[in-house]
Amino acid sequence: MAKHHVSALINGNPVEYLCDAQQTLLEVLRDELNLTGTKEGCATGDCGACSVTIDGRLVCSCLTLGAEIDGKAVQTIEGMATGTELHPLQTKFLELAALQCGICTPGMLVAAKALLERNPDPTEDEVRYWLAGNLCRCTGYNKIIEAVLAAAGEMRKG
Amino acid sequence: MAETIVYPERELKVIGTRPVRPDGVPKVTGLAQYGADFNLPGMLWGKILRSPHAHARIGSIDTSKAQALPGVKAVITAADLPEQKFEYLGPERVAVNYWHMTRNILAREKALYEGHAIAAVAATSKAIAEEALKLIEVDYEVLPHVIDVDEAMQPDAPLLFEDMITRGVEPPPAKPSNVSKRIEYKLGDVAKGFAAADAVVEASYKTKPVHQGYIEPQACLARYDSDGQAEVWSSSQGHFVVRTFTSRLVGMKVADLRCHAAEIGGAFGGKTVVYVEPVAVVLSKKSGHPVKIMMSREEVFKATGPTSGASMTIRIGVMNDGRIVAAEGVFKYQAGAFPQSPVMNGCMCSFAPYDIPNVRTLGFDVVSNRPKTVAYRAPGSPISAFAAESTMDLAARKIGMDPIEFRLKNIARPGAKTVFGTTLNHAGFAETLQALKKHPGYTAPLGKNQGRGVAAGYWFNGGGESSATVHVNEDGTAVVAEGSPDIGGSRASIALMAAETLGIAYESVRPVIADTNSVGYTQATGGSRVTFATGMTVINACNKVIDEMCARAAKLWKVDRADVVWEDGHARPAGKRAGEFEPLSFKAIAAKRTATGGPISASASINAEGQAPGFSAQFCDVEVDPDTGYVKILRFVAAQDVGRAIHPAYCEGQIEGGVVQGIGWALNEEYIYDRDGHMENPGFLDYRIPVASDVPMIESILVEVPNPKHPYGVKGVAEANIVPPMAAVANAIESATGLRLTDLPMSPPKVLAALDSRR
Repeated sequence: MAKHHVSALINGNPVEYLCDAQQTLLEVLRDELNLTGTKEGCATGDCGACSVTIDGRLVCSCLTLGAEIDGKAVQTIEGMATGTELHPLQTKFLELAALQCGICTPGMLVAAKALLERNPDPTEDEVRYWLAGNLCRCTGYNKIIEAVLAAAGEMRKG
Repeated sequence: MAETIVYPERELKVIGTRPVRPDGVPKVTGLAQYGADFNLPGMLWGKILRSPHAHARIGSIDTSKAQALPGVKAVITAADLPEQKFEYLGPERVAVNYWHMTRNILAREKALYEGHAIAAVAATSKAIAEEALKLIEVDYEVLPHVIDVDEAMQPDAPLLFEDMITRGVEPPPAKPSNVSKRIEYKLGDVAKGFAAADAVVEASYKTKPVHQGYIEPQACLARYDSDGQAEVWSSSQGHFVVRTFTSRLVGMKVADLRCHAAEIGGAFGGKTVVYVEPVAVVLSKKSGHPVKIMMSREEVFKATGPTSGASMTIRIGVMNDGRIVAAEGVFKYQAGAFPQSPVMNGCMCSFAPYDIPNVRTLGFDVVSNRPKTVAYRAPGSPISAFAAESTMDLAARKIGMDPIEFRLKNIARPGAKTVFGTTLNHAGFAETLQALKKHPGYTAPLGKNQGRGVAAGYWFNGGGESSATVHVNEDGTAVVAEGSPDIGGSRASIALMAAETLGIAYESVRPVIADTNSVGYTQATGGSRVTFATGMTVINACNKVIDEMCARAAKLWKVDRADVVWEDGHARPAGKRAGEFEPLSFKAIAAKRTATGGPISASASINAEGQAPGFSAQFCDVEVDPDTGYVKILRFVAAQDVGRAIHPAYCEGQIEGGVVQGIGWALNEEYIYDRDGHMENPGFLDYRIPVASDVPMIESILVEVPNPKHPYGVKGVAEANIVPPMAAVANAIESATGLRLTDLPMSPPKVLAALDSRR
């Protein structure tokens, strides 16, 4: 069967690709576009390691088809820093040791950024419930929550 | 949320600070390469066919149709792997039997669990590989199966191995069974101890297998060249272990297999063995292409090791003044489809925190039709501790004593004997309990339906073989090449210890996990051994570098080597006799390397001894919802003797993470099987590990009682923390409800049933 031709903006860059009808956005990002920062933890939408935003909306890229992205704007972890300047969330994750193995980190960061765009001053509970779809098995979540709250504080200062 | 209690004060410069980890930036930008992130030109995708049956004899496997599918480049079965000798190799606690291992990689005579690997294909796309799996025809004769450990021990249970005679029984039994091994440890005279006790408590317990639940499924890339050499990139706790196992299983020379440690997306013991690496190597050999295999989450649940479920009985005899005079435990652990559960550890660790004169522990290693268990954080200890520490709580209640006081009264101090024949030669257990007791939360009032529970836990901690090379650069920086895959920030602790030893800045040290051809043999990252053993190796190599730096200074000053000393990061003349020279910094000597004898580097390889046991004491507050049975964790405080916190933030992280895994084990996690032996919850939706909204901030207390056998006092920190939580939660539930739960997980339906049984 013929492949689908897709034109999209990925991390602000115009991208064109061909994909099979059944290929997920996660597979397209990783296998076709070599954007391997988006991780596969389950491929069933349960772990959040593959979190990206599509037109600003937080989704699991494993539950989205590559063919659905035509004309849309996708943001992945690779687009979070500006050149070599890290986003405050990235900086706080490093400073506060909010990662151990780091496999959930890209998804956590993408999800946390989506939260702070909607709610720049979240409570601890709001962060915990927003990130409840992003599994981390290493940290027990303490330092992730602390890093998101610290980054929010930093960003509010401007 | 964390505090540190130090005995005694330290005098260190960089150790104990909290710098950003050296490998941090690529992990927050998405550029770090994990097991599934490697590609090579011409690469194929490998997929594995798995048994749909819990127990079946394999008649024949016809791969011809799969082989004929366009795009399929190789199909393999167990016939493509050499047969292995049946023998248990290595120390008993971690013995390996390659006859079993090769049968777990690809089944031979029988499929022993749902998900058991049967055959594998390599094809030009994932879709073609999946299509090819459907074309493989396997002739199965379905056999009766057994899942539960108590049922597997029944005389009429279906046998996984028709010739398995229980080891450790004299004379050996005449009939085969599913009991692979019986283990017994004794100290003193238990019968006499119980006879003298003022009170005896006894209870029986069951736990379910739980999975390590690392977020990154197993993945690897393998390339086999026509000259017989191969290269593997994989997510593993030990790339040297991958080399040892894979070369043996595939039948190649060790030197012909070069293994790289990918960044590893969690493991907790689960990646100390191989599953996909030998399959990928053989597929690559057969196809002539590089082959990548990524497990799905369902494959991870069904075919990689969880830890054991168990059935256990504990008796404890106490005097009215709180002294324990006798303790006995019977531990039946599921090994999964092949022998070697961690029951031996369970027998050794269960009563190890305490100084008890009369102890007996009895263990049974039992096979059944479920995936072969593999290490999970303090393997074996959390399971037996759930039973032992729950019964400790019953004993404290029986004599009306505070649970921390009761434990302090019996705590093992240096000189105490263990049931497994060693003598404790480290302090720290009592100090940790005292630190927990001092926490203000311990005496805080509780509300309605709320309760508080205490538990403690022991873990051996590991030493072992490690290697490292320190290279000094011309600008006074240093590179440390070491062999321990870094799962939780160990590169930071290694760099801190190297910087402290060399007397240079933390940022001037760059650690790297070198491949198997670039650094000496190093055991897997496990047993809480890396900061202790690999750290010690790195310190040794740094000391050799300093010795060489002094020799270079002596050369520049034209004095004897003996007239130069190293102080505060500088070479200095050793007293007036040596002459008057300006001290030379590390950087200054490094800059003169060419003139003074060439490159400066030093290697060290050790089999580290002198590790100190880990100990954790914890309390938690819970609230039990009387209408739903839901148990909410209100507060969790965990004190642990860490020896010395090299990077305190990552020590706290280990404790916070270990406790939350324990909370999942206590309240949610279990393998659920249907009547046909199929796992019903092989995904993160139904096998529910704790999420951020399930838990409060975990409060860690780092207790620092330094290990005198390590230059910086290091004890392991990664594992002891997961030992107490299950009992702490059960004890808190009894405190809240008056009900003793003895069956994990303590999920809402079970708690509700217990509450209802009383109404």
